[in-house]
Amino acid sequence: MTANGKPLVQLAGVEKSYRRGAGRVQVLERLDLAVAAGEFLALMGPSGSGKSTLLNLIGGLDRPSSGTVVVGGERMEHLSEQQLARWRARHIGFVFQFYNLLPALNAARNVELPLLLTRLNRTQRRKRVELALSIVGLDHRLDHRPSQLSGGEQQRVGIARAIVTDPTLLLCDEPTGDLDRAAGEAVLGLLHALSREHGKTIIMVTHDAHASARADRTVFLYKGQIVDAIPA
Amino acid sequence: MKFAALIASNLFRRRLRTGLTLLSVTVAFILFAYLSAIRVGLSQGVDVAGADRLTVFHRVSIAQPLPLSYLDRIRRLPGVQLVVHQSWFGGVYQDPKNFFPQMPVDPEPFLKMYPEFLLPEAQRQAWLRTRTGAIVGRATAKRFGWRIDDRIPIQTGIWTRKDGSMTWEFDLVGIFDGAKQGTDTSPLYFRYDYFDETRGIGKGLVGWYIVRVTDPERTPGVARAINEEFANSSAEVKAESEKAFLQSWAKQVGDIGRIITAILTAVFFTILLVAGNTMAQSVRERTEELGVLKAVGFTHRQVLRLVLAESCLLAGLGAALGLTLGYLLVAGGDPTGGALPVFYFPPADVARGGGLGLLLGLASGVLPALQAMRLQVAEALRRG
Repeated sequence: MTANGKPLVQLAGVEKSYRRGAGRVQVLERLDLAVAAGEFLALMGPSGSGKSTLLNLIGGLDRPSSGTVVVGGERMEHLSEQQLARWRARHIGFVFQFYNLLPALNAARNVELPLLLTRLNRTQRRKRVELALSIVGLDHRLDHRPSQLSGGEQQRVGIARAIVTDPTLLLCDEPTGDLDRAAGEAVLGLLHALSREHGKTIIMVTHDAHASARADRTVFLYKGQIVDAIPA
Repeated sequence: MKFAALIASNLFRRRLRTGLTLLSVTVAFILFAYLSAIRVGLSQGVDVAGADRLTVFHRVSIAQPLPLSYLDRIRRLPGVQLVVHQSWFGGVYQDPKNFFPQMPVDPEPFLKMYPEFLLPEAQRQAWLRTRTGAIVGRATAKRFGWRIDDRIPIQTGIWTRKDGSMTWEFDLVGIFDGAKQGTDTSPLYFRYDYFDETRGIGKGLVGWYIVRVTDPERTPGVARAINEEFANSSAEVKAESEKAFLQSWAKQVGDIGRIITAILTAVFFTILLVAGNTMAQSVRERTEELGVLKAVGFTHRQVLRLVLAESCLLAGLGAALGLTLGYLLVAGGDPTGGALPVFYFPPADVARGGGLGLLLGLASGVLPALQAMRLQVAEALRRG
């Protein structure tokens, strides 16, 4: 819950469908979900169950076909594209499965990207970048390009980029999906620490039951609906 | 400024492709500089022609001579301040390829008529004292390595001397510079009195007259009066402004401005396609990255501006390099060895080139930038 007792994230009657050819594909159906501030939530489900779509709706990357998405008291459908972009810059940190770092920029420049949209000067931005990279244990890799980093290191740079603006909410789309077990463990440990020590609200999509075990709560999605357990 | 590193890193991520595109743009702007200089050269100084000067020549053809007696009649007309005559000598120095203009003139009024020819006073005095004296422009003096007091032999195919010789020798008494960048400093001028006395044919005739009017506003009226003065005579004349005369002279080789514009249009259209293709490819292969930028908070417009800034940087760099190299190459002088005595890259064209570079950047970037702007984040991340 937030300070006023309401959930940080609240979805009510959310539906999402896409046009495919002449017909429509229903991805999410009458979905209700509430996530409290500071909660570490795992979203599990088979491929095509709508996990990533749900994450995109919460992060303001996409809009629901119907229903309401409220994050931090802000109703997504009331924001224009431009307002949504600015809102994302202030409140959301994204962590992607394949890291999505810009290959031409070094680690520090990648982490600095969201800060370019703020009023911080160069020195202030540099300090923030160094702090974020030190939190993920990569303050010695500032000048390395993504191609010079291992998968686990790249994902930690991705996490540093997600937390550098100190966002309200971290949205992680299968953050360990492309990593070996050891690197995956390190990333999960980091997310866990961000939740416990820094009070970050985290929603993590995963296929991995081991990963979801690190979360406070796991929600299962099946054919666009929240279910108690995934059918066998 | 804080986006500079992002813009530059995106642009130079494919160094070979960007380098080749940059090279194409650079070469196009070198060509632009050269063609500008050639246009100036072929226009024979139209841009610096005197607004208060008229050219008077035979109505039939400039090759037909006019009587020297016309000088006083023109001088007496209202609105005329000064009249001088010139004649075409048509000689070469040592070799037929060493062609440059030479003209016999009356030194004192001639130098008054052309204040843009800067001749030191001592050299002017020397010319007035020396009947066989000649002055030459800096460009030709430099071309042949002439110095004051040199004796210059000129072979002519037109003006046989009384002794039957076709070689005329002049004492070089002065070297003049141009007051303006476009002033032609290739001609050699020598004294008409020496010329008229020594030639075997055509005595008492001149090639054409140059008239300065008291008020440039009166130029058309004075031109009309001169034409009427000699109407129905054995040598009718045509008077027109110096600028119009030079323009019609230049048009003998075609409409230079139009030809050059056509060439440059073709070149820049091709370059637009090359640069546009580079930008389009760059945006296509960065779909996922553009999605990430939008996910972290970049607005559609910011992404549009980023892509446009990239294309402008590419075109701007190419333009700056091309214009600089072009300027330096043109400053090296007339590449034809004398056919283009006025050969320079005008500052106005340098500024036009800068504007063209910016326009090229915007035009080559606009479609890829719109494509990047319209990308939906979720779709871009999925496609990546």
